[in-house]
Parts: sequence; C-alpha cells; structure tokens
Amino acid sequence: MTAPASETTQPAIELKGISKAFGPVQANKDISIRVMPGTIHGIIGENGAGKSTLMSILYGFYKADAGEIFINGEKTQINDSQDAIAAGIGMVFQHFKLVENFSVVENIILGAEEGASLRPSISKARKSLKQLAEEYEMHVDPDALIEHLSVGHQQRVEILKALYREANILILDEPTGVLTPAEADHLFRILDNLRREGKTIILITHKLREIMEITDTVSVMRRGQMTATVKTAETSPEELAELMVGRKVLLRVDKKPATPGDVVLSVKDLKVVDDKGVERVKGISFDIRRGEILGLAGVAGNGQSELMHVLGGIMDGTGEITMLGAELPLSGKGSDGAARRAASIGNVPEDRQREGLIMEFTAWENTVFGYHRDPQWQKGPLMDNAAIQKEAAAKMERFDVRPPDPNLKAKSFSGGNQQKVVLAREIERNPDLLLVGQPTRGVDIGAIEFIHQEIVRLRDAGKAILLVSVELDEIMSLSDRIAVMFDGQIMGFRDPNETDERELGLLMAGISGEPATEDFKAVEENMAAVEQGEAPKHG
Amino acid sequence: MDRMPVWADVVLIPLISLLLAAVLSAVAIWAIGENPWEAFSLMVDGALMRSSGWGYTLYYATNFIFTGLAVSVAFHAKLFNIGGEGQAVIGSLGVALCCLFIPWPHWTLALLGSTLGAALFGALWALIPAYLQAARGSHIVITTIMFNFIAAAFLNYVLVNLLRPVGAMEPASATFPDATHLPTFRDIFAGGEGVLFRGAPANVTFFVALAACVLVWLLIWRTKLGYEIRSQGNSESGAKYAGISPFRIIIVAMLISGALSGLMGINVTQGEAERLILNSAEGAGFIGIAVALMGRNHPVGVLLASILFGFLYQGGAELAMWTSIPRELIVVIQALVILFTGAMDNIVRWPLERVFMALRKEG
Repeated sequence: MTAPASETTQPAIELKGISKAFGPVQANKDISIRVMPGTIHGIIGENGAGKSTLMSILYGFYKADAGEIFINGEKTQINDSQDAIAAGIGMVFQHFKLVENFSVVENIILGAEEGASLRPSISKARKSLKQLAEEYEMHVDPDALIEHLSVGHQQRVEILKALYREANILILDEPTGVLTPAEADHLFRILDNLRREGKTIILITHKLREIMEITDTVSVMRRGQMTATVKTAETSPEELAELMVGRKVLLRVDKKPATPGDVVLSVKDLKVVDDKGVERVKGISFDIRRGEILGLAGVAGNGQSELMHVLGGIMDGTGEITMLGAELPLSGKGSDGAARRAASIGNVPEDRQREGLIMEFTAWENTVFGYHRDPQWQKGPLMDNAAIQKEAAAKMERFDVRPPDPNLKAKSFSGGNQQKVVLAREIERNPDLLLVGQPTRGVDIGAIEFIHQEIVRLRDAGKAILLVSVELDEIMSLSDRIAVMFDGQIMGFRDPNETDERELGLLMAGISGEPATEDFKAVEENMAAVEQGEAPKHG
Repeated sequence: MDRMPVWADVVLIPLISLLLAAVLSAVAIWAIGENPWEAFSLMVDGALMRSSGWGYTLYYATNFIFTGLAVSVAFHAKLFNIGGEGQAVIGSLGVALCCLFIPWPHWTLALLGSTLGAALFGALWALIPAYLQAARGSHIVITTIMFNFIAAAFLNYVLVNLLRPVGAMEPASATFPDATHLPTFRDIFAGGEGVLFRGAPANVTFFVALAACVLVWLLIWRTKLGYEIRSQGNSESGAKYAGISPFRIIIVAMLISGALSGLMGINVTQGEAERLILNSAEGAGFIGIAVALMGRNHPVGVLLASILFGFLYQGGAELAMWTSIPRELIVVIQALVILFTGAMDNIVRWPLERVFMALRKEG
C-alpha cells in the first residue's frame, strides 16, 4: 500500500493532458495520471475505453495529438519503442512477442545484441538471467526453447526481457488472461517483488479482483476519459464497476437453485484426435440434464475446445453421444453442424470472430448463419432477405444490440455486441442443449451481466447448458455442477457451493484429490513439475 | 467504422486509378515520340465514336464479362481460378462439337445447345483442379494454370488429328452449318443491310453475357448457395461451424466458374469465327482476372470493367493500324490499367481515406 521510502517525490511517470483521436473516434481525451515510483498502478476499463491506446502512446506506438509525458520528472519525447526502452519503459503485451524456436536466452538478447559475435552477449545475458531469477523468483531454463515452455513461463521471459533492458517502469497488458489461478498468483508474487525493489508497474486489466489484490492506486477509464483515480484501499469492486460502466452493476449472478430433470445429453467414452494426430480428448463421459448448467473448467488447451467442436459437429470423434435418447453420429454423414442444429443443439462457439460470425457479413446475414437452410427463410429459389432483415431487427432489439442497425457489418460491432448477435441467434431457436464457449471473453462488464442472465433464463426454461470458460469466476457463479478438464480428461465433478478456487485450481493443474499440504509452496512445485512435463500448450 | 462512403470506394477510386494509368500511358507514348493526345483521340474515335467501333468493343467486352464473372464467382469462395483461359478453350470445343454434329433447325435452339455444351465442357475442365484442391489440398492456382497448358495442347491435338477437314492445311475445324449462325448486331439492328455495325463481330452472345451478369448477381447475393459460397470465402472455420461443407463449396463454386469461362466459347467460336480455331480464347481468360479485380467481384463492376477493356483492345487495334505506335504499347497501357486498378489499389486508397477522415472530423 505504502510506497517504499524513495529519495524523490517525483512521480515515475506523469502524463499530462494526453489526447488522441482516430478519425472521428476520440480514443483518449485529456488524460492525466501520476504514478509514484515503487507502486503498482492499475488501469481498468471496458474494451474500447482507451486503455491500450494510452499505453501504446506511452510505449511510442502512437503519437499523441496533444499532451506531455514526464519520466522521473523530466519531459520526455517518445517517438518509437526505442525511445521508450531508453527511458526505462518495458512492455509485456497480451500476445507475447517471442520467437518460438529460439531459446530463452536468445530471445532475451534479441534486439539488444552487442557486437557482431553473439557469444559475449549470450554469456552476459546468462549471468544476469541467473541474478534476476534469484532476485525476483523467476526461474526459467535459459536454454529451453520458447515453444516448449508453458504460457506462464513464456510470460516470465517477456518480463525478464524488459528487466534485462533495465526497465524501471513495466507495463503489463491483461497479463492473467492466459494463466491458471496458480500461475496468476505466482505472477503477482513476482510483481510484488519488483515493487519492493522500487520498480514501477502499470497493470492494465478488466478484472476487478486483480486490481483489488495487487495495486496501490487505480485509474478507471470510460469512453476515452479518465473517470477517476483512487487509492485501492479506499475503494470496492462495486464502486469500480460502477465507475467503469457508468451505472450500478450486478457482479454476482442472480439465480435460483437448479432443478435438474431428465438427461438431455449423454456422453460416453468420447475420444478426439486432432488433425496432427494428437489425442486431445481421452475418453470422457458425462450427462447433462434439463434445467442444469454444467460448467467445464480448465486451462485453455486441455481439450475443452475439441469437446465443444465434436458436440457442435465441427470435428470428428469416437465414442457415443446420445441426445434425447437418439444416438448422434460422430463422423461421416449426419455429423456436421447442420445435423447438430437439427438435433436441437445450439452452439455459441468459443471463437465468435472466426466461427460464430462472418465478420464481413451484415448483422442480419449473421442472424441466420447456420440456420440459413431453414424453409422459413426461403422464397422459391431465393432467400427471403426481407423476412430475415425483419427478424434480425426484432432480435437485435430484444437482445439490446447496439447500435441496433441490422445493415452494419459484424466487424463494426464491439465484442459484447457481437456476442449478443450470436446469443440472440442461438438462444431464440430455443435449443434443448446449448453449448456456450467463453461467453464473455472480450465482453464489457455491462454486457456480461446481460449475457449471464440470458443463459440462466434458458436454464430456467428447462434447457440443458454446457458452459466452457477459462474464467474461473464465471464457472463458479454460473454453473450448477462443475467438471474440471485437464489433459483431455475430466479430473472430477464438484458442486460449486462446496468447492473453492484453490481446489479447482489444483484439479485444473492435473492434481486430483486433496493436496498433502495446505502449504502453497508445495502446490506450486507440483504445478511446476506438471508444466515442465506434458502440460498441453494451446495454440 | 467504414473509413469512407461506399460511392467513393466503388466510383472514385477506380476513376482516379484510371486517370493515373492514363497519365502514365501518355508519358510512355510521349517518350517514344508520339503525341499522346492524338493517340488517345484515335482510340476513342476508333472504339467508341462509330457503331462498328462499338461492335468490336462490345464483342471483346462479351468475352471479358464471361471470364470476369468466372473469376469473381470463384473468388467469392476465396478460390483464385487462373484457369479461365483453359476452361474457355475447352468450352469452345464443346460449342464446336454441338454445332458440327447436331443438326440444329434454328439458331435459337443452336444457341441453347451450345450454351449447354460450352458450360458443361468448361465446368468439367474446372472439376479436376477443384477436386484436387478439395480432396487433396493441391493449390488451385497451380493446378488451374497448368490446366491452361493442357487445354491448349489438347485443343491442338483435336484440331490437327480429329476435327481438321480432310485435305485442309490449317489446324481448324470445318465451318459450322448456316443454321448455327448467330445474329450479329448488324443483323439485329440494321436488318443485315445498313451501315450500322458493319463488319463488327458483336453478336447476340452479348445478351447472354448480360443475362449471366444478372444470374450471377442473384446467385451470389440472393440464394442459399451464394450465401454459403460467401461464408466459405470469408471464413472456412465459420463455414464448418455452420455445417457448410468446404468440399462441396469448392467443387460447386469451381463448376460454376468453369461453366462461365466456357460460355465465352460461344462468342468467339460460334458468334465470330463460326469454326473452331487454335487459340480460341484469345487471352481473355487472363484479362478476366483483371476485370474481376477492377470490378470488385461484382457483376456491375465486371460489366463496366469489361467494356473498358473492350475499349482498350479495340482502341489499341486502331492505334496499331493508323500510327507507328507498336501494338506492344497497347499491352503496356493495359498493364498500367491493371496495375493501378488492381495491384496498387492502396496507392489511391490510403490518401483518399485520409481525406475523407479529415473531412468527417471537420463536419
């Protein structure tokens, strides 16, 4: 909470009156912040609030239209990332910028090589890596290839890269999006160590919990403006959410206890092999009943996507799936997406931009995507576009899609509104089983509330729902029953009321049963062993 | 948000690109010591100011409409069909077989028959690369371009060994029977007597091409199949999600594309030459790529771009005839038009987008 004693009272970073417009869109408007050295400053805001633009200006990717940047009290011109690095700023992007088939140490020196021969820089890097690792609890094998590292370790390499370049100010953009709870905890311990050493950290996130957990001060952005900067100790998640969205938000999902009925979908010994010949789903079995949400927790890349793809008719599998008593083929004829829809399975895919929507199509064209063969949309040999447009307008109104213009292309909508278009299409078909993958990934807080309510409403109408999410909070608050997947297998089922994040986190890391000790260090070592071993990587 | 209004995208950009191409062409003509203004007037005069000029311009345009539509349809499924030339050659063979071996009572029926023949032959020629792409992943650009060479060699063989009349020296088929003669523009608009469209090869096939434009528009934007083709073209993973079979779309889109290329054979073989000759596609298969690029894969754009290229073809022929400007320079001008309207689109687009964004900011 309190900054360590520092000689100076100068802020490490001070932005004064930063403005940036992209055409008619004002991405940043007159933004000022002061971040004191040795503190962690959170920047929170919905998608499109202007967080990333602001940080890109600080890192020299964009040039601000107006405003000034002061580093350690000195006015600094940052025209490109070289200037930023020279000013002691390091950035860890959401999508890592590592060379996959280079070793850790090669990645560290990339762009900071000294002289034509690599040998001296490599041995220098090796030495300082060792030192950094001990100082900050960041152990990574310097000779491991990036592609063999887990996501958490790759992120560590990104941070080390910045530290190697003697960064004093570290910007992290949504760093926990791809991490397990345990990895995220470890990251926060690293950040804490860095803070103790006097480094200044800016953490961009949309997760309120992380802000509350680690930051000293927090700024809230909304529609390009900085709406508030407060001390973390003096605020609450509810207040921050309200500042972000501009109205009161329900953070918990409001739902009645489930009343499960007959079995809708029964999966027996399902196996999936991907097109590289790797077995992704290794024989799993489960049932879903009417009026029940089964949440599938797990770190991305442990077979959830493949499971959803097989159920949605996008991939082939082996085993047995029974829908309302009828067996569905898992390969060949009658196993495609059209057949699954005919069997009353709705599908909100994990990747809405690559699967759920055609981004170049208008919203109205997208409202029948997958259902475009239905007789009700045909008029003789042609499609009944007028009827589709009318239906689209009605659906967009019911699901509060903004802007409510059916003629806009899907790519022009924000993530949340794109998701609403997909949900409107799938839910309004009233399927007996709805597959929902990452329903709120990249979706604003305001829309999350709405999407969760719609999913619960469908459950209460007596439908079965299979939910896949990497957000543990979402799984815990929405599900009536939780299954944890690890390495293509279900590690166990849990009742959300009788479990906690730690237990689920262990299952997600492939450790079943009760841990021998509550000591978190031991758990962490277990995790590390798993990561080093056969932990599947996504991508 | 769209960066600029639609009209600027579809009208302003092609116009500015054309203007740039014209300016550079003028420089090229000036550089070889000719007067660009005179050359340009001669082209306009020869291609557009007289009905016979129009008769040639529209004759060439007919070819380009078919091949341009063919490229467009395939492109909506994200398939780059470079094989228009070969498909047109084989389509011409279909036309020739129809005309030579079926005794047609009237040209209307003959046209119907040769339309079917041309489409069928063209489609079948596209089927093999399509299957190889869909089932084996062999890249369609490579296979279609190779099939152009196979088609040319095959036609050569057929003409020399099978269709050449006994005793003839030329690798060409016999002349088609009179009943298969398609009315030319002169027959239609001047009753075969007056000066209107005298000597020009434009014929009734032009109207088939116009009908093809309408049908392609309906297919792509109004039918279930077109919806699926566009889905597949934009996102294959999306198509799979929706239960659209990529295999089926690749095959069907290429069959349609091949059929459209094949239809070009009617214009050249039955409409103009009235016999099957070597090189019956006249390079129009390749021009079709430029036409589709310039026409933004939309039938209206393809129609306008085809007329432009028809004008360049005919105007170029006039230049070669009346001036000492070598025929090769016409190819240079055509290349510049393709370069600016297709490949270097962004050179015009970026500054223009900036202008529109600045305007919007003030407004």
